[in-house]
Amino acid sequence: MNTTRRQFSLLAAGASFALVTPARATPDSMKESIQAFTGGRPVTDGRIKFEISLLVENGNSVPLSVLVDSPMTKDNHVTRIGLFNEKNPMPDVAIFNLTPRSGRAQIATRMRLNDTQFITAIAEMSDGTYFSARSGVIVTMPACVEE
Amino acid sequence: MARALINVPQKAKRGEIIEIKTLMSHPMETGFRPGMDGQLIPRDIIEKFVCTYNGEVVFSAQLYPAITANPFISFTTIATDSGTLVFSWTDNKGDTQVQTASIQVE
Amino acid sequence: MNRLVALWLVCAALPAAAQDARKSGFAFMGPDTQAMQTDDLANPGMLFVLEGDALWKAPVGASQKSCASCHGDAPQTMKGVAARYPDFDEATQAPIDLAGRIIQCRAERQGAAPPQREGHELLALTSYVAHQSRDLAIAPAQDARLASARAQGAALYSTRMGQLNFSCAQCHDDNAGGHLGAAPIPQAHPTGYPLYRLEWQALGSLQRRFRNCLSGMRAEPISAGSADAIALELFLMDRATGMKLETPAVRP
Repeated sequence: MNTTRRQFSLLAAGASFALVTPARATPDSMKESIQAFTGGRPVTDGRIKFEISLLVENGNSVPLSVLVDSPMTKDNHVTRIGLFNEKNPMPDVAIFNLTPRSGRAQIATRMRLNDTQFITAIAEMSDGTYFSARSGVIVTMPACVEE
Repeated sequence: MARALINVPQKAKRGEIIEIKTLMSHPMETGFRPGMDGQLIPRDIIEKFVCTYNGEVVFSAQLYPAITANPFISFTTIATDSGTLVFSWTDNKGDTQVQTASIQVE
Repeated sequence: MNRLVALWLVCAALPAAAQDARKSGFAFMGPDTQAMQTDDLANPGMLFVLEGDALWKAPVGASQKSCASCHGDAPQTMKGVAARYPDFDEATQAPIDLAGRIIQCRAERQGAAPPQREGHELLALTSYVAHQSRDLAIAPAQDARLASARAQGAALYSTRMGQLNFSCAQCHDDNAGGHLGAAPIPQAHPTGYPLYRLEWQALGSLQRRFRNCLSGMRAEPISAGSADAIALELFLMDRATGMKLETPAVRP
């Protein structure tokens, strides 16, 4: 478990190398992912309560919740909730498949945030319409990390 | 060893919406991180989560590397009948871990 | 005389709790991270406690004894144990930390392979044992033979180290409550170990945390289980006497 000073320098060098070779999502690649999710159909703002901290202490685990305004009946319910980001290595975060048996269109999870960025939540309704909400999150860096 | 924390109320009223929280022990290794040797650590993530209630799928999710290590997923379902909820987590190698919980509906 | 009376009035007016300026790292966290710790069904550290519970009852090694074979029901027998560690070990005539005691039990009494420091098995067992003392006050062992190690730990705590030439005390005493970058500097009370650190994305020991601090100070890390590490743990636990254990805590 001991890291010698030399190993530490090598680690530090490795870390900076990793920083200059990013495989990153971009606002454009996020748009592409969202288009794949919606099949290119129009997305309207609203009907979603998207809760995520504005300022997080560590980007490794950021709690979030999504609540969509829907009666969740057989004929009128949320079928999917998609989460997308613009600065992680991949634009996709998760897709949740809901059913009328969900009772409420509500999910919560925890995600990784590579950097300060906007997160988008999109809800797909059983009638084929789409709604969205967006939230900006500032990620601070922890002090005294191992590597 | 499958280690998961799941909370399903032991008893519920028929028609009541219950909140279910699940926490699964898993590294969710992204496949984007270099290891000590500078090589990328291979991806090892849960890709699929499914919850069935007396055999019927009531909720499922597709997860990507952006989901936190030891993934936490919470959702709701309507207490319809007494019976069993089965939770399964499948990783990118196709291995599935399963946990069950029972519920009594009055 | 007047001044003394004034001082007495001020002191009397303060509620008892306000006289203790010590705060757990919990108090320095944001509400999201606090919520993650306080809800056992959302605290990822509880996954390790759950595994520790299974390990406690599983027979291992040549003896085919489990921890429970000797120690019985952990919620009864292990209650308060973590609150007094590190303790003095008669066999080696040296201070021993809780993880060290578990390694010793595994190897010598159960006849199993000694678990690795910071390995999954040891963290799970240590967190399971420490969890039995959750909400109990830290009450360090009162063995006179620990005094010299405690003094050694106190000296380490205030010794400047590494390329940045910092001591633990400069951050955690002189600048506690301030910030290092955006991160609040806590008072370094080891109330929740082993704890789940979001930065690690896993559970880790206090001695792993020492390594984080020391590499931040650009100092040579002290190895887990070494006399220095146990001395520093002894000093910090003594400094936190009376504070409540939180294992498994969550920290950023």
